[in-house]
Amino acid sequence: MSDAADRGPPAPLLEARRITKRFGAITALDGVDLRLFPSEVLGIVGDNGAGKSTLMKVLSGLYAPTEGEIVFDSKPVVLHSPRDAQNIGIEMVYQDLALAGNLPIHENIYLGREPGRKVLGFTVVDEKLSRRMAMDHLDRLNITVKSVDQSVEELSGGQAQAVAIARATAFEGRVVIMDEPTAALAIREVGKVLDLIKSLKDHGASVMLVSHRMDDVFFVCDRVMALFHGRNFEEAPIAETSRNEVIGWIMGTRGHASTPAHERA
Amino acid sequence: MAAQPAADARRQRLRLLEKYGVFGMVLVMALVLTLLQPDIFLSTQNLTNILRQVAMNALLALGLYVVILTAGIDLSVGSIMALTTMLLAMADTSGWPWPVAILVGPAVGVLCGLVNGFGLTVLRLPHPFIMTLGTLYTLRGVTNLVSGGRPVSGVSDPIRFLGSGEIPMPFLGKFGSLPVSAVVLLVCYSGTAWFLNKVSIGRHIFAVGGNPQAARVSGINVDRILLIVYAMSGFFAGLAGLLMAGRTGAGFPNAGIGAELDAIAAVIIGGASFFGGRGTVLGVFAGVLVMGLLRNGLNLMDVSAFWQQTLIGMIVVGAVFVDVLRRRAANRP
Repeated sequence: MSDAADRGPPAPLLEARRITKRFGAITALDGVDLRLFPSEVLGIVGDNGAGKSTLMKVLSGLYAPTEGEIVFDSKPVVLHSPRDAQNIGIEMVYQDLALAGNLPIHENIYLGREPGRKVLGFTVVDEKLSRRMAMDHLDRLNITVKSVDQSVEELSGGQAQAVAIARATAFEGRVVIMDEPTAALAIREVGKVLDLIKSLKDHGASVMLVSHRMDDVFFVCDRVMALFHGRNFEEAPIAETSRNEVIGWIMGTRGHASTPAHERA
Repeated sequence: MAAQPAADARRQRLRLLEKYGVFGMVLVMALVLTLLQPDIFLSTQNLTNILRQVAMNALLALGLYVVILTAGIDLSVGSIMALTTMLLAMADTSGWPWPVAILVGPAVGVLCGLVNGFGLTVLRLPHPFIMTLGTLYTLRGVTNLVSGGRPVSGVSDPIRFLGSGEIPMPFLGKFGSLPVSAVVLLVCYSGTAWFLNKVSIGRHIFAVGGNPQAARVSGINVDRILLIVYAMSGFFAGLAGLLMAGRTGAGFPNAGIGAELDAIAAVIIGGASFFGGRGTVLGVFAGVLVMGLLRNGLNLMDVSAFWQQTLIGMIVVGAVFVDVLRRRAANRP
């Protein structure tokens, strides 16, 4: 919280400039700008189809933007795949979790980046190391599991979400993108995930949080931006806005207007 | 909440049944056969005979297991086996040196597997069933075309040795020996087990079967994994073709018709899940043994071979039902 107070932010860590994404005739994103500062939690809100998830998938390298530019650490970058994004420190926790249920926790955390020896271009996995690294990492994040050998399909929604977050932060990710991380959780598990987001910020990571839940946004975010019909709509530091105002933005209205935009039109 | 421990216990029991049920079945069958035919069943000759009989199915099943791990299917392995046997026999009888001729089997197998992988990853056919059904017919047709539909016999001795030779094993008794094909199986099975469990690509194969989306966003190249598994399936089918050429001493255009179904049955009996991501190499071998013991036992007991088909069908249904029960229990909170 302390670093949120001395504002007057330095250069953004991640910047998206005039991002446009079209799927055939559909324009999902239309010239969207986004700036994320170091150690900041940025909330991204918008109605269904506003383009939140598409924007996150562009920033995590899953979708290539039709137009626009991504700047990371003041350098323009082109992300051809999630691996490219991971390599520069952008990690994503997907809405549908993206864990392999049949594999144990520690393998899920290091999936695609297994520790081990390289032999003729193959990696011979060092299972012991993978287990130990996973245990240490989960400890650091205060996540408790029975055993890192438990397969992910045996976990509750909250535990699986914690593993997904652990996975996204296992390689010192500098930006963690979370798409609705609390949407599928039991209420008592939501608090744990929000605490986890705060601890990521304390560890120096920047977080982008896509959420429908105003409680989550106002509990963890430093700043909130709203998309509407694939365009930037409004944004503000969390201290300078209110739930009602943000809910208005989601529906496409500004300044507490009483009638939603689509009714005025 | 109160029902939780009971549900957990049930889940645990089903998991054990799924994991070890097939080994129990092998033991029970061996025990029954020992009791019914004590002199014959346990003789070295009979046991090595079983190993020789199951060798081809064991290799095809191993390849199919790797494919089924990704929730795929390879219907073309029987045709690949026939084509490789035929080409190998033709190469060998037309005077190619045997060290080159034996390479024809696995090499052609890998090539056929890559064609299957190509159909899935480049042509983007909707399901491996379609692509491999296509190659099932096409490769059978090619086999008939190159051979004119006639068998090619007179395979040279070094290749025959691979299919029907024996390696003396003094520790198995005075006349004890192991069929060469059993040694081939041992190498292939332990090599595949190591690859699947210890090498990153092997773990990625499991991940693709568990959740392809998760694999993709983890930076795993799913298309490359698919190419690898179908190439492996083709390789093992080619190796089975090599053993087949060695065992029969000839290439038959009709060899291995329906062999893909036996291999699928063995994989399923062995406890691998048709939905991908689940199973063990040892389980697959046990599945192969169940089918082999059934056949051997019914032969020894002089029971009609038709019973073999009837029983195998019932065992397949039973094995998949265990998988269904496990999934149902796992989905119940």
